[in-house]
Amino acid sequence: MLAALTPDLIAMQLFTGLALGAVYVLLSIGLSLIFGMLTVVNFAHGAFYMIGAYVGLYALSIGVNFWVALLLVPIAVGLIGLAVERVLIRPLYGRGIDYPLLLTFGLGYVMIEVVRIVFGRTGYPFDTPELLQGAVDIWVGYFPLYRLFVIAATAVVLIGLYIFLEKTSFGLIIRAGARDPQIVRILGVDVSKVWLIVFGIGTGIAGLAGLLAAPLQGVAPEMGATILAEAFVVTVVGGMGSLMGAVLAGLLVGVVVSMTSLFAPEMAKVSIFALMAIVLLVRPQGFFGRAGLMS
Amino acid sequence: MSAELATTRADLAPSSTGTRLLDLAERHRVLLAGLFLLVFPLVLPFHALAIVVLTYGLYALGFNLLFGYLGLLSFGHAALFGGGAYLCGIALVHAGVPWWLGILAGTLGGVLIAFLIGIIAIRTRGIYFAMVTLALAQCVYYLFYQAVDWTGGENGLRLPSLTTINVFGLQLNFVDSLTRYYVIAAFVFASLFILSRILASPFGAVIEGIRENEARARACGYDVSRSRLLAFVLSGGFCGLAGSLQAIHLAIVPVEMLGIETSGLAVMMCLLGGMGTFFGPFVGAAVFLVLENLVSVYTVHWQLVVGVVFIVCVLFFPRGIWGSILHWSRR
Repeated sequence: MLAALTPDLIAMQLFTGLALGAVYVLLSIGLSLIFGMLTVVNFAHGAFYMIGAYVGLYALSIGVNFWVALLLVPIAVGLIGLAVERVLIRPLYGRGIDYPLLLTFGLGYVMIEVVRIVFGRTGYPFDTPELLQGAVDIWVGYFPLYRLFVIAATAVVLIGLYIFLEKTSFGLIIRAGARDPQIVRILGVDVSKVWLIVFGIGTGIAGLAGLLAAPLQGVAPEMGATILAEAFVVTVVGGMGSLMGAVLAGLLVGVVVSMTSLFAPEMAKVSIFALMAIVLLVRPQGFFGRAGLMS
Repeated sequence: MSAELATTRADLAPSSTGTRLLDLAERHRVLLAGLFLLVFPLVLPFHALAIVVLTYGLYALGFNLLFGYLGLLSFGHAALFGGGAYLCGIALVHAGVPWWLGILAGTLGGVLIAFLIGIIAIRTRGIYFAMVTLALAQCVYYLFYQAVDWTGGENGLRLPSLTTINVFGLQLNFVDSLTRYYVIAAFVFASLFILSRILASPFGAVIEGIRENEARARACGYDVSRSRLLAFVLSGGFCGLAGSLQAIHLAIVPVEMLGIETSGLAVMMCLLGGMGTFFGPFVGAAVFLVLENLVSVYTVHWQLVVGVVFIVCVLFFPRGIWGSILHWSRR
């Protein structure tokens, strides 16, 4: 077994890790975006991810093109997110910091159970779109095309988000609101509308992540529960509220998982929690978190 | 809310009979709980339900010590509950120890897991604490899931079913559900007594002080991190004991006991019953489990009820059932 460990194999595994990490990046960037703005940790984020996969499954089953679904799914999931923020989370602003956590945690139960009622308890396979089947030569070996596509799609989302946040006037309001909502409100901006939209964007990206991950692992009502814990690890390692941290930590966690599954498969699931424990012991605020935010 | 505060307030206000009764209940809470435990199985449709109300109530009580009294929200208590159950099971199956030693092993197991999670998670606070405990509990889940030789992995761990147990030389028929209930109730009663003493002790005042104003508690010279860790470890002891009792009662430890849904159950029961109240966790456990029993007759989707209870409690009913009773009667 060890004899087969060529540099090529390690490089391949590195790419597999990046593809896995891309999904983590999308999830935790949504978490961080929402947290940075609303100081709410969305414990239903995994459920939005799962809903994204199911909306995609439904769209494809009624004959919608995969590429159109890539656009429709984040919009549909984002709209659900908007409704959730408006109806359920908004009444909780100004109350204890734990209440939104409790509410979104319970909301996750409801979303999973509704999906079970509509689509059944068992999962479904999710076919890779025809155009993205097969493998391509990436110098070190043949790599599944779809995984490359996941990495590329994530990059596109990140670039889009960067331009939106840094180059548009609405992005300016978001960044200002993350720093000091009070001042932004005094300057005449309807902050609650900004929060609403940020929650919609964050959950929409989670829905897109679910759709992108579906061909890799299939869809099941429980798919969001396990990845939520992993997304939390990414967010804690990267530093809460930091988008840069979410990107780097997401890719790092993906690579750590795929590398440990190469060298010690039985430790693959546990390795990322060990990583989180080490980060918390050495640098409690994470890579890019503000010091003091954690304690 | 401490008993002292309640009595002073009652002295100032013209006290009604209801207030006086509740103050009496608060002062003699363990005695009252003991009397209630004696008659409880007689009012429920079957004894097995009464037993799971006790084990889940004890589990929620352990959680409440941390969330209700110290103010730390943990979404990882399944690791303490399920971990205690597994360690009790492992002691019984692999080491062949007598039942009471198994329960001791499970309780200490809960303490140990709480200590290990605690030293990492206690470095964070508030929202982060909830996230980190959730993640670490998932880690514990994988560890037990993969140790198939010890834990049975996906199939869960089957325990030898106890037919008779030896209590101080007395042979008790453990198959009889009422006997089983009272054996488990004795452990719960002891836990209630211990918790009552903890809350009445200076340490109990310190953790409530940390919940109310951490900076002030620190300025008063209390070691906040150490108090937090100690409360977490104590919470682990209660949850480990609850898990052990559950394991002995069911004669199996399903791997779901370590899952995120189990963590959520403790939070939900505590929220429903009233967090930070002495009887709240048991009220929440009893109401929810009876409700679940009724609902599962009609539908398999009772987890929907869990989620709806969360949302309704957070939005409209944050004091919970017992907390609201206390609030209304003291107004």
